[in-house]
Formats: sequence, structure tokens, C-alpha cells
Amino acid sequence: MPVHQYIPNSAPEIKKEMLKYLAVKDVEEFFVDIPEKIRLKKRLQLPHPTPELEVKRNIEALLSKNKNCNELLTFLGAGCWPHYVPAVCDEINSRSEFLTAYTGDVYTDLGRYQALFEFQSMIGDLVALDVVSFPTYDWATASGDAAHMVVRTTGRHEILVPKTTSPERLSVIRAYCERLAEIKPIDYDPTTGQLDLRDLRRKISSRTAAIYMENPTYLGFIETEGEEIGKIAHDNGALYIVGVEPLSLGLLTPPGEYGADIVCGEGQPLGMHMNFGGGLLGFLASRDDERLVSAMPHRLITITSTQHESEWGFAYTLPKRTMFAAREKATTFTGTATVLWAITAAVYMSLLGPQGIAELAEAIMQKSHYAMKRVSEVRGIEAPIFKSPHFKEFTVNFDKTGKTVHEVNKRLLEHGIQGGKDITKEFPQLGSTALYCVSEIHTKVDIDRLSAALEEVIK
Amino acid sequence: MKDRNVTGYHAVRWGEPIIYELGRKGRRGFVIPRVEAAVKAKAGDVISSVPEKMRRKAPPEWPQLSEPEVVRHFIHLSQQTFGVDSGINVGVGTCTMKYNPKINEALARSPRITELHPLQDEETVQGILEIMYKLQEWLCEISGMDKFSFQPRGGAHAVFTNACIIRAYHKLNGELDDRDEIITTVVSHPCNAAAPAAAGFKIVTLYPDEETGYPDIEALKAAVSKRTAGMMITDPYDTGIFDSNIAEYIKIVHEAGGLVAIDQANANCILGRVVIGDVGADLCHFNLHKSFSTPHGSCGPGSAPIGVKEELAKFLPLPTVEFDGSKYYLDYDRTHSIGKVAEFHGVVPNVVRAYAWIMTMGAEGLKETSEVAVMNNNYLLKKLLEIRGVSLPWGKRHPFRMQDVRLSLEKLKEETGIGIDEVNRRIVDFGVQRCFTSHEPWIIPEPFTPEPSETASKQDLDRFAEIFRQISTEAYTDPEILKKAPHNCAISKVDLTPSSDPKKWAMTWRAYVKKHR
Repeated sequence: MPVHQYIPNSAPEIKKEMLKYLAVKDVEEFFVDIPEKIRLKKRLQLPHPTPELEVKRNIEALLSKNKNCNELLTFLGAGCWPHYVPAVCDEINSRSEFLTAYTGDVYTDLGRYQALFEFQSMIGDLVALDVVSFPTYDWATASGDAAHMVVRTTGRHEILVPKTTSPERLSVIRAYCERLAEIKPIDYDPTTGQLDLRDLRRKISSRTAAIYMENPTYLGFIETEGEEIGKIAHDNGALYIVGVEPLSLGLLTPPGEYGADIVCGEGQPLGMHMNFGGGLLGFLASRDDERLVSAMPHRLITITSTQHESEWGFAYTLPKRTMFAAREKATTFTGTATVLWAITAAVYMSLLGPQGIAELAEAIMQKSHYAMKRVSEVRGIEAPIFKSPHFKEFTVNFDKTGKTVHEVNKRLLEHGIQGGKDITKEFPQLGSTALYCVSEIHTKVDIDRLSAALEEVIK
Repeated sequence: MKDRNVTGYHAVRWGEPIIYELGRKGRRGFVIPRVEAAVKAKAGDVISSVPEKMRRKAPPEWPQLSEPEVVRHFIHLSQQTFGVDSGINVGVGTCTMKYNPKINEALARSPRITELHPLQDEETVQGILEIMYKLQEWLCEISGMDKFSFQPRGGAHAVFTNACIIRAYHKLNGELDDRDEIITTVVSHPCNAAAPAAAGFKIVTLYPDEETGYPDIEALKAAVSKRTAGMMITDPYDTGIFDSNIAEYIKIVHEAGGLVAIDQANANCILGRVVIGDVGADLCHFNLHKSFSTPHGSCGPGSAPIGVKEELAKFLPLPTVEFDGSKYYLDYDRTHSIGKVAEFHGVVPNVVRAYAWIMTMGAEGLKETSEVAVMNNNYLLKKLLEIRGVSLPWGKRHPFRMQDVRLSLEKLKEETGIGIDEVNRRIVDFGVQRCFTSHEPWIIPEPFTPEPSETASKQDLDRFAEIFRQISTEAYTDPEILKKAPHNCAISKVDLTPSSDPKKWAMTWRAYVKKHR
């Protein structure tokens, strides 16, 4: 093996010197604990060592086979959305200190702790709850964590979820809850999409640990009876979990103000690129109630003081409840989380400010409403299906065109347009329907282009 | 005091305010993209479409800052964070704090990845699917498994996913009600207990033998039964000991009808040396953010692909990445799949980084990695053992260790009253990262767990050992300096009482203002 650029001690002289100090002739002596019979005797069938330039060319050639959303006009959302990422976000998350740190304590990593506390604080203000945890993988796993929390807190084993819940997230909740809690679906009103309060009242009982509701829903509309749903939960001794898309809260009442005990959501719109789904960032918040805090499945950072009067310090809250101390009795199994994205979200929220998020939410809504109106002018297309207020996503139904979403999307692609997500299989009762997303990145020209292409495609 | 304190290092000390204390009313850091007049006109009064009760009354009480203020604030915070690039990180065992190559970073930040939506038409994402597919094949070669999934987003998440697969396997066989126990070892990572517990299993924990450092074969034989769903352990352990019984364990658990999942978070020392699938394991996972050089990102996003043997492939999360001979595609049509454990396809930029790393290293480089990582560890171990107060549990049986080693300061504590807490608060005064102690329970008193990885230089190791020697001397001659440490960091010793006091803790600024102002 030649000297390797990432391995300082691969230089033969140094290796020799170190082995001499260790009184060892050959490095193989270190591996004495590995029984002979399980040692690999052959070379792995992998590439030979490759110089940087070749690696770069090879990977760039592969990546150039992709068509990304700068080249393709996209209307996909469904849990990962195209939004503008301010340059400052990438500047900060490329800082090698943040990029390459891991789990140092507050003395070496004060900046990491403080940025996390600021992330927690700004999410807290956004959702109007006082406790926010360490970030987690994504919205889906955050909702799974919330499910574990409510079972632990109430001792009950049933969670009610509307049938409009994201199937992808529901699948994760089911994986998290198997052998822990039963997931019971609640009907929705076929005209408005709103959660059916009568069905909810029928199904809720003293066995119910919580109601989990998404707002805006997966299908894009806003649940307007948030407060009433929370009241029904609480009247039955159950907790109330609300899942949110954060930018909508520039405009919508924060769940903490309509009774939510726990809020979870997806932070990717707060400054993360889509990254083929790799830019997700789950968040989890709760009321400042000791029972809920004790059941919080993630690390929590509290602000504190130091021996010097003017300094801020930070520490972990109730560290003994995490798996690092409690193993199988822990409330969690999350180790490595998504802190680089949480830092980025803190940067994004600081840039946006209170006025910025209000304006952004309105701008998104104006554009998506323009798109709904333009698209539904195309003969045979209905958008949205549900008579309810919508935020940035909406359903587009093609039943009257006689075309499937698959056919429409394949044709749109010829126009350089990636249509909305095909939800025909997820919601067969909605017929030939796609879920479209329009955000602040879309211009009038983009939307007009979509509607012209749709005219062409369904002709 | 000052004289005794000289270490040649002082951290940046900005006294940086909390962001809520910065900024002034009316400032802004970002201008929202324009909405064309025609769009506004046609959209109408969108806000009024939302019923009053669902309309936010006042925007969130975020600080109001201009762009330069935001940048300066977060640059200050980054300067008060200590990464692999910042300096010596050889004390942080189990974490494999290796260098994260810059070329991989540049590639992973290409818009050709960052601007991909996970639900795009497959024909528009052939390049990224090809990278995922090829990395999958390489990981199969390294692990001896038959198929991988990149969906898990961290090591513990991977262990949870493997527990879900074990659950699905026994369920399909109609045995899940009887088989509800997962066996682990106390020296395995805590997620090997916590994650299967979250998946609904009861946990049986084996303790290490006093002489060998790992459980006795007889202890495992006594633990297995008809209730055994499987065994989930880490190998090699964080003690730096490779469990020589591993092949025997696998046999015993298989005979009892259970499956074996090996947590390969510590794989850095066995790359190209032990192929765990060939040893007989049914499932495993790697941490790309450890062995495969993707950055730790201040604690994520990581990536922890799981690998399984052919007979378990049908249970893998949806979708899998497949190749039909001419094109790559995502397969959602898998009846027995456990479904989803997270949204979409995992932390894909890390897949690209790991792909670049393996290609750069090659098969020879992987072997060199494990060889030098282990040599570095044993070099540092020997240096540390020459220092007063440091001892090595199971040292007689295992004088050499693998990727890391768990040492003890029990003797130092007995003789000086100074333990790992004080040492860790002092060592950072020298401009190096603190040591990882141990997960709990501390079966080794006053533990610390260095892991140099292959990218530390000999000078780094010498320097680290020298700092440790100086601290040991201080403990014997001047313990006060340790008790009051740190002295040269961004802040002084913190008050930990809010950690457990509901009246004092404040996880958000709004809570702080309510409780303390």
C-alpha cells in the first residue's frame, strides 16, 4: 500500500517507529483476538485506490445523468418541498467547525449548544410551546416519537388518526407503534376533507391515548376545527398531537394556542435543500409539563448560568432518561440526530424574522391559489378536490380527462415539467388524483407554463 | 493561578449574546421573492379564506436581525465549536472522528444532488440511483450481506430497523407471541437494548466475564430459550475488545431459532479483515458517519445503512433500489416489507460521500485504514498506560485493543480525588477535544475511551499523551486547578441544577423569560 493522503502514519518510516515503540514486528499481532477461522483471507472485490481527480470525474459523470429541479420545473411536495435556500444557510452549514464536530461538551462546543438552544427557542415561538427537543430525523419519526410519549404519559394504548394523514408518515407511526399501541383511523368529510367530528366523538374513549392530526393536512388543506378537536381529546383524558409544516405558521394559529400538548413537524422548509429526501429535519415540542418532559424521547438543552456572572451556559435536561443512561428503560433510541440541519434552521428563522415569515406564508398562499385557479381552468381538471382553505399543496383530479396521473406526468416530463405526486394508490377513493405543491420559488411564468402544458397534455 | 494555567491555548471567547438579545425592531435579514400583481389579483384575499380562529394573531416573537448580524452571530458560534478540522479529537471513542475529505463535501453539495426531489420520475434520477445501487453492492462485499437499505438515519435508528425486521420475521413464522426476547451485552451500545425495547421486545442483558471482557459461552447458553427472538450486539465493543466468541454465539442463537444482528458502528478496525455475514450474522449496520468518513455534522444527519441476508431481504423497508440490467428503479412492490422507518430514501448526500470515500481508498486503502487505526490506538494506549493513575481493565488478557480502548482513572481518583469529570473539564484547556467516558452503567470506574482513528498523526498522539501526563501531574500536585476547570475555554464551569429542576429548566427563550425574568 502506498502512502495514503488521509493517513499520516501510513508513511513507512513512521509506521516502523511506532511498531518499534510497541515492540511489535507486524501489525497483524494487534488482531490476535480475531479467531483465525473468521479472518478474511482474500482481497475485497472493490475498486483500487483512486486519485481525487478521477473520483471527481467519475461521480460527476454519474450525477450528470440526473435532471435536478433547477433544470426541471417541479410541482412535487408531499413531505419534501422545493423552497428557496438563502445563501447564508449554506455558508453557515459549510463551516467546518459545525460540519465536523460531533458530541463534545459545552466547554469545547459552546457554539453548537447555543445554536441548538436558539433552534429550540425559535421553534417554540413558532408553535407556541415552551419545550422543544433536540432535532430528529424527520416529521414521520417525530410523530412516531410523539406516539411513544403519549402512551408512556397516559398509560393508554390507542391513537386516533384522520384518514387524510400522510400514508408515508402513517407507515412510520405503525412501525413505531407495533405491539405498543393500536392506530385507529377517523373519517373525513368527503366534501371539505375536514376531520369528521362525529366519527371522532364516536371512536374516542377512555382507551384513547391521543389524537394525532396534521395541519395543513397531507392533502394540502387546513383543518379549521383545531380547537374543537383538542377539546374532544382533553374531555376524554387524551392528549392532543398536532403535526405541522412550519412555514404555514407564519399565517396559521400556532397549535400551542389551540390546545396541542405535543407538536411535531418537518423542518426541511427552514433552509434545507431537498437532497433527494436527505434534507429532512424532524422537530418535537411539548407543553412545559414535568410528565411530558420526562417522556420526551430526545435530548433537551436547557439554558443555565456559569461561575461567571455574564456568561450563558447550557446543559442537558434530565439526562438520565435517555438511552445513554437508561438503556432499555429509556424513552428513546435516538443517538445521532440532525443537528447540522437544526443549526441551519436557526439561521433561516433568524434571517426571516417575524415579519418575513408572515410575508412568506402569504406569498406562498397567493401563488398556490393562483395555481389552483389556473389549473382548474383547464377543461376536465378539478383543483382542489376539497372545499376548504389550502396552504401550499392541493389535490388535482384528472377523472374527467380520462387520463391517469401516470400518463399526465409522463407527458408533462416531455415539456420539462415534473407534475405532482401520483396519489392514486394512496387514496383510491379520490380517483385519478395528484398532489401538487406551489411555493415562493414558482413564478407566474412557471405556473402559466404548467397550465399551458396541461392543456396540451390532456387534449 | 494564572501561571499554573498556561497551556499555550485559549479558546475564542466572544461572550456571544443569545440571538434574542441581538437585533432591533424593524430590521430584516431576507427579502421574500416577489409575487406578481396578476398573481395577487387572481389569487384574491387568501388570508381571509382562512377562518378567523385559525389565523395567527401575531407573528412569532423571533428576533429581528439584518443579514450581516445573522452571519456574524453564527460565525461566532461556529468558532466556539470544536470539530475534527479544529484540532485533536483522539479522545472521542466509539465516534470514529476521522478526517472528512473535502472533495466528498464538494461532490455532495452539487446542485445535481441537493436539488433532487425524492419523488421525481425515475428516468430523471438514474445517476443518483446508480450511486446508491453501487454503494449497496460495495457494502455487501464488505459485510457479506446480500442486500442493503439506506433508509435509517443514524446508528440507533438502524438497530431499531433491524429489530423491526426480526419482529416481522417471527411474525411471518407465527412465532412472535412466543419469541419476545432480545439478548444483548452490557458492553454493546445502549441502542442495542433501547431500540429493540422500543420495538416491543423484552431485553436480556449479558455481563462480561471478569477475565475475558465478554460474556461466557455458558452464560449465553443459559439465556437462550424458545423465547429468544434474536441477539443484538456490538462487535468489537467500545472497550476495544473483539468478542472472540462471536461465531459461537451466532451458532447458539441460530440453534435456538433466533436471528443475530451485529452493530458495526466500530467497523473501522475490521474493514477488509472480518466479513460479518460470512461469520454467520443475519443482519448488520454500518455508520457512514463513522467508518466511512461522512461528517458528523455536530450530531447528524448521519446515515446508517442496514444489510441483511437474502432470506430477510423481503422485509427491508420500502422502497429498495434495484437494477433490471438497463435501468435503475425503486421497488415499492414488496409484500413482506416492514414498510417505512423514515420518509423517503435516507440521507442520500452521505451515500455519495461514502461512495467517494470507498472509491478513493480502494480495497487496499480500507485495509490500511483498519491497520493504522488499530496501530494508532495501541500506540496511544501504551503511552497512556505509562501515566500515573491510568489503568486498563482486562489488560492482562487483552493488552492490544482494536479501534478504541476503555481505560480507567480509578487509581487516580482513589489517590487524588480527581476523576474523569475533572480531567475532561481540564483537558479542553489544552485545545483538544474531551474524552468520551462510557455509556451507563459504568461497569468500569472513572472510564474514558480514546479512539484515534487512522487520520491522527503520530504527533497528535504524542501531544495528547503529553497533555494527559501533565494533567495527571496536576492531579497529584495541584488538584484545585482541575476542580475549577476549565480556565481557557469559551465559558467557565456551568451550573447543572436546572437540568433536573422543573422550576428552573428552560428549553426555550420564551420559557426562560417566564421563569427567570
